[in-house]
Amino acid sequence: MSYEYLSNVAFVTSVVVYALAMFAHAGEWAAARGVGAVEPVQERELVGAGAGAGAGAGGRALRSGLPDGSSPVALTEADSQRVESSGRIGVALTLIGFLLSVGGLVLRGVAGGRAPWGNMFEFTTTAMVFVVGVHLVMVWRAGLRWLGLPVTLLAAVGNGLAVTVFYVAVAPLVPALHSVWFLIHIVAAAISGAAFNVGGLMSILYLLKKRAEDRGTVRGYLALLPTSRRIDLLTYRFHAFAFPLWTFTVAAGAIWAEYAWGRYWGWDPKEVWALVTWVIYACYLHARATAGWRGSKAAAIAILGLASFWFNFVGINLLVSGLHSYAGV
Amino acid sequence: MTDTQVREPVPAPDVAPPDDGGRGGDGDGRGPGGGAEPPALGLRGGLRFVWTQLTSMRTALVLLFSLAVAAVPGSLIPQTSISPVRVTEFLREHRTLGPVYDRVGLFHVYTSAWFSAIYLLLFVSLVGCIIPRVATYARAVRARPPRTPRNLVRLPAYSRAELSPGDAAPVLEPTALLDRAATSLRRAHYRVDVRDGSVAAERGYLREAGNLVFHISLLFVLLGIGVASLYGFRGSSVVVVGQGFANNLTQYDDFTAGAAFADTDLTPFSLTLQKFDVAFETGAVQRGAARLFKAQVQVTDSPGSAPREATLEVNKPIEIGGTKVHLIGHGYAPRVTVTDGKGDVAFSGPVVFLPQDGNFTSAGAIDAPDARPERLGFQGFFLPTAVTNGSDAPSSAFPDAINPALFLNAWTGPPKVETGLPENVYSLDTAGMTEVKAASGQPYRIGLQPGQTVTLPGGQGTIRMDGWDRWVKLQVSDSPGVPIALVALACAVLGLCLSLFVRPRRVWVRLTADGRAVEVGGLDRADARGGLSDDVAELAAELAARPGSPGRPASPDLAPDESSADLAPAAETAAPGPTSTPRKQ
Repeated sequence: MSYEYLSNVAFVTSVVVYALAMFAHAGEWAAARGVGAVEPVQERELVGAGAGAGAGAGGRALRSGLPDGSSPVALTEADSQRVESSGRIGVALTLIGFLLSVGGLVLRGVAGGRAPWGNMFEFTTTAMVFVVGVHLVMVWRAGLRWLGLPVTLLAAVGNGLAVTVFYVAVAPLVPALHSVWFLIHIVAAAISGAAFNVGGLMSILYLLKKRAEDRGTVRGYLALLPTSRRIDLLTYRFHAFAFPLWTFTVAAGAIWAEYAWGRYWGWDPKEVWALVTWVIYACYLHARATAGWRGSKAAAIAILGLASFWFNFVGINLLVSGLHSYAGV
Repeated sequence: MTDTQVREPVPAPDVAPPDDGGRGGDGDGRGPGGGAEPPALGLRGGLRFVWTQLTSMRTALVLLFSLAVAAVPGSLIPQTSISPVRVTEFLREHRTLGPVYDRVGLFHVYTSAWFSAIYLLLFVSLVGCIIPRVATYARAVRARPPRTPRNLVRLPAYSRAELSPGDAAPVLEPTALLDRAATSLRRAHYRVDVRDGSVAAERGYLREAGNLVFHISLLFVLLGIGVASLYGFRGSSVVVVGQGFANNLTQYDDFTAGAAFADTDLTPFSLTLQKFDVAFETGAVQRGAARLFKAQVQVTDSPGSAPREATLEVNKPIEIGGTKVHLIGHGYAPRVTVTDGKGDVAFSGPVVFLPQDGNFTSAGAIDAPDARPERLGFQGFFLPTAVTNGSDAPSSAFPDAINPALFLNAWTGPPKVETGLPENVYSLDTAGMTEVKAASGQPYRIGLQPGQTVTLPGGQGTIRMDGWDRWVKLQVSDSPGVPIALVALACAVLGLCLSLFVRPRRVWVRLTADGRAVEVGGLDRADARGGLSDDVAELAAELAARPGSPGRPASPDLAPDESSADLAPAAETAAPGPTSTPRKQ
């Protein structure tokens, strides 16, 4: 029973637990399918009131959302109970999966005698720890439980890919990774990546909600989500946090590249796509400040940014040969 | 350009008074389409139209997108600057597509005209955007907070608190109350202006400052890169263990330098490679992966100075008088001795072979032009860990030298006149030479291990493998200007944080006409700010509370935590969408 073995067991278990959490959250969505299109009328009014005296009492009632379960939209007592209990089970399972992942990561570090950020497997599991960690904090502090389904889906798929496709056994690092920038660059990448992922998931929910609002067909679980305007704001906050950190990640990578490879910037495929990702997110921030681009278009750009981030991580590592290929995978 | 803030918030027509202390200026006060006077009108109008278009946010967006798209092909198509070998390969494999790619510069995307055009236009657009904004900001920083709107209730956040319950007379002089409001707001780092019986306060000036710093820093990043590419140089040299390198142009295997670089700029150092330690993974996991590269060198900083010992590792370059020396590669150099047909030593020493794969199957050539009566040449492979599998050609199974072997074919030819033309030392020019054949008529194959000697058929000469050495590839470079870029990058990240996290806000306080109630109105000038309504309500309650009573020590700055921010009342989420942006649309 080596540390490595225990670590693998923890990660595999976490995949199962995340999948169960996902089913619980899916049950939460399903239980809310009876919610009718009560909301959008008020919702529109609220957004329409926009400029000025929008602080009406009607708007306030809507805001309570999920966290205390006392949603004002029409739900039968039984359904409301089911939404609530499924959601709670989902969060509890997510927490268990999170603790398992953290344990797996720590054991992996102990097994390798080094920081566990040396290959795709380790990076993916680390990023997922950050994604789920942030999600849990937001559930606890800000009632973001409505993000449970996409986050647990992402965590299950992420850790699942890690243990099946990306997996490599514990091994020491190649000399190119022997640097303090190893810690700085990769942790910054993992944290900003986690924030981009959460932001991207929110952007998808935003598009769904916004479309329903525009068509006046907000029902089911969508009715329990915050208003699209509110989701947009939260999405922006995640990106606003991630973007400077990603800028730092790229800069730190350039500094490290100078030490390891003797040049700051060499247009290595990984570097190119880090820049492409950066530029797309810069587009997102600009789009949000440009008339005709805010809202759905900006959200689409954010999703494009996330796609670029993932391509940089998976596609470039597996399809294109470059300097960022280490240890087989 | 990265700006989500509302530059000139006009939530209601009467909020921004006509005289707003010079704020706003004419550059950005115009709403969407505000600057769209009919174009054309001669050359000047045309130029102005082009400039307006170029510096608009939409153009910036399009250029940013173009930059992202234009950068992509360089990551998927081989680039001359990264791997010329793969470009040649690509050209060989794609007979029709290759030349087309070549013509449009797809093999050197990042120095191509179209890529340069995109980022230069982007930076022109950036400058065009920044200059007016710097001027506007300079005015705004010196300006007083905007006057109190007539109708506070129309602001996104509004709160009213009765000063005296029932019919009792006001307990506080209006001026005293406004003073308290001003003190409270000042404590919360607002810039406060008391005039006309009301308090106007504003904070968050650093947001725009950070935004400008970020964008200006990007210009300096470009400047730093420009200086580096003008004055910098980079070259590499292969040095066999035991041999040395002196920093002058003749010693480089390849060398590139900026236009403003002069040969005399090279620091006159020299170094000797004394030892090079290598270790590879021998365990089952990641077998063959590199684990250690460590070079011991003796550095002489300038001619005549005392030599010093230094260690050179990956990630630990050595610096000599501003010039950096990196360890960027390594390989094997078999040591051979060639004797010619007359029995004289025609060549002796290490020959650098170039690694071809991860197990360091290395290719190279041994040229003995001085051999007589016929000159001799050899070409083949060095295998650090040679394994033979039946009839297959031998291959290397591990990158370390566990079972080193040299496999060669031999050529002979008449002596050649020295032309002085450069030759590739890694492959043999067999023109005018004939391959040495075995009795069977097949090419004569030579297999050598350290200490072994092979005699060529017909007494044409012998070749002996004396042993092998390692060599390292040293990169010598200097990039002046990069410190500028790095400092600028640090400023950029800092400015970015300010522009994204500082949350500008305006708050106004006024007594109602009858003096019985205090009104507080608030306006967030940036998205993503929570708790405006709470803060405004708190301030109103605090002011209405009797002085000395243990009212909440609330100040509008004590932002509520995330939870309340996210459940904040509708006013905050329904805050006015930005009605105009810093850039003309």
